[in-house]
Amino acid sequence: MGATATAAARTNEPVLARVTLTVNGQRRDLELDTRTSLLDAAREHLHLTGSKKGCDHGQCGACTMIVDGRRINACLTLAIMHQGAEITTIEGLGQPDQLHPMQAAFVKHDGYQCGYCTPGQICSGVAVLEEIKAGIPSHVTADLEAAPQITEAEIRERMSGNICRCGAYSNIVEAMTEVAGARA
Amino acid sequence: MKSFTYERPSTPAEAAAAVGRTPEAKFIAGGTNLLDLMKLQIETPRHLVDVNGLGLDAVEPTDEGGLRIGALVRNTDLAAHPRVRKDYGVLARALLAGASGQLRNKATTAGNLLQRTRCPYFYDTAQACNKRQPGSGCSALDGVSRQLAVIGGSETCIATHPGDMAVAMRVLDATVETVDGQGATRNIPIAEFHRLPGDDPSRDTNLKPGELITAVTLPKPVAGTHIYRKVRDRASYAYALVSVAAILGKDGSGHVAFGGVAPKPWRVEAAEADLPKGAKAVTDHVFADAKPTHENAYKLKLAERTLGAALNQARA
Repeated sequence: MGATATAAARTNEPVLARVTLTVNGQRRDLELDTRTSLLDAAREHLHLTGSKKGCDHGQCGACTMIVDGRRINACLTLAIMHQGAEITTIEGLGQPDQLHPMQAAFVKHDGYQCGYCTPGQICSGVAVLEEIKAGIPSHVTADLEAAPQITEAEIRERMSGNICRCGAYSNIVEAMTEVAGARA
Repeated sequence: MKSFTYERPSTPAEAAAAVGRTPEAKFIAGGTNLLDLMKLQIETPRHLVDVNGLGLDAVEPTDEGGLRIGALVRNTDLAAHPRVRKDYGVLARALLAGASGQLRNKATTAGNLLQRTRCPYFYDTAQACNKRQPGSGCSALDGVSRQLAVIGGSETCIATHPGDMAVAMRVLDATVETVDGQGATRNIPIAEFHRLPGDDPSRDTNLKPGELITAVTLPKPVAGTHIYRKVRDRASYAYALVSVAAILGKDGSGHVAFGGVAPKPWRVEAAEADLPKGAKAVTDHVFADAKPTHENAYKLKLAERTLGAALNQARA
């Protein structure tokens, strides 16, 4: 972050700032309007359009990315707040000729219909299994001091920040359960 | 969104000084509430001071046997912390009942305390709202008030504090630590941190301009069953209609605070002696001064029954 972001505002003129991100393993140097969300930086500036803009208010989860190992709503964070961060989008998880196991499981179990929420669902799903493995409890974990288990109830609770208007939820749970089982 | 300038200082005092000297400046940490409000132009800061680099992200034991939680500790990390899970279960449960996994990964301890109301009239810029635009009136008083406050409100505002975490911190008697632009620190008991609207609903807390939260301290653990019960319109990812944060013994004695009912976490310590008599004795006392609307009077019965369920849980 340099002195570029210190020019006066309120004329509502854009204020530009530089940021360097590592996106899907590649270093990317950007000069952005300070207002640019991480989602818009990926979609509009890096042309990584896999991450979707649904509500743009953190309610739907379509924009979910994995940033420094954690899933977040990319619409509710500024790109310039992520200097040096490692960012994984759906494009970085897998490609059509080399699917991530979660992508393959979504295909196998019909974990989508229209597909709009799917990149966010898959990024969230991958991170959820890591969170359970790391022992992070959830609202439905009965014993706070015991290691959480991968159950349907745990998956449903932890995926509540990803909305699917087509209602593919039960197939998403099946896809995630299969990936979790294959891993165990 | 209105344009803004941006800086990333390296010490808490520098950050506080930066917000103090810059007109219309705000701190940004997780950003999950502030950016939402900026997109709607409910918040229009000219300058953002990014506090994420200040290193306030440790959870440490205190000499008194309690816990000191850095302002930037993420909600996920706090809920997963072994000491919190073992000794402050009501806090872990409250955190896990709030928001979504993605939001908890970003949202911070200090930011959660400072989140703004979700009153629909605060969010709708076409409506009158004394909190958003002082002096414009309150559309909620005669409007859709099902979610809004039954106690602690005023003729100018009936917005609720929307959070879960602060309700648990209230029953735990937490203390908020701050620093100002001159480097002066102070400790604010959680009971005095949030303020009631009175005739100035625009101020949610008693923080001074530029004052930065650096930590929240919990006293040594209180024995008993730690319970956070939240009643909401969906099973997950929804704000509380009513919530109960309680630490209870098998005989029902203990401590209780209520969420979703007031502009701040609502606790009446004098009512707690009645806990062994059952829920109604307590809620009759806690909500004696309630002024519900026709749409939210259900919250009084719901608070009684939710506390009743918590008492049953503690006796089981």
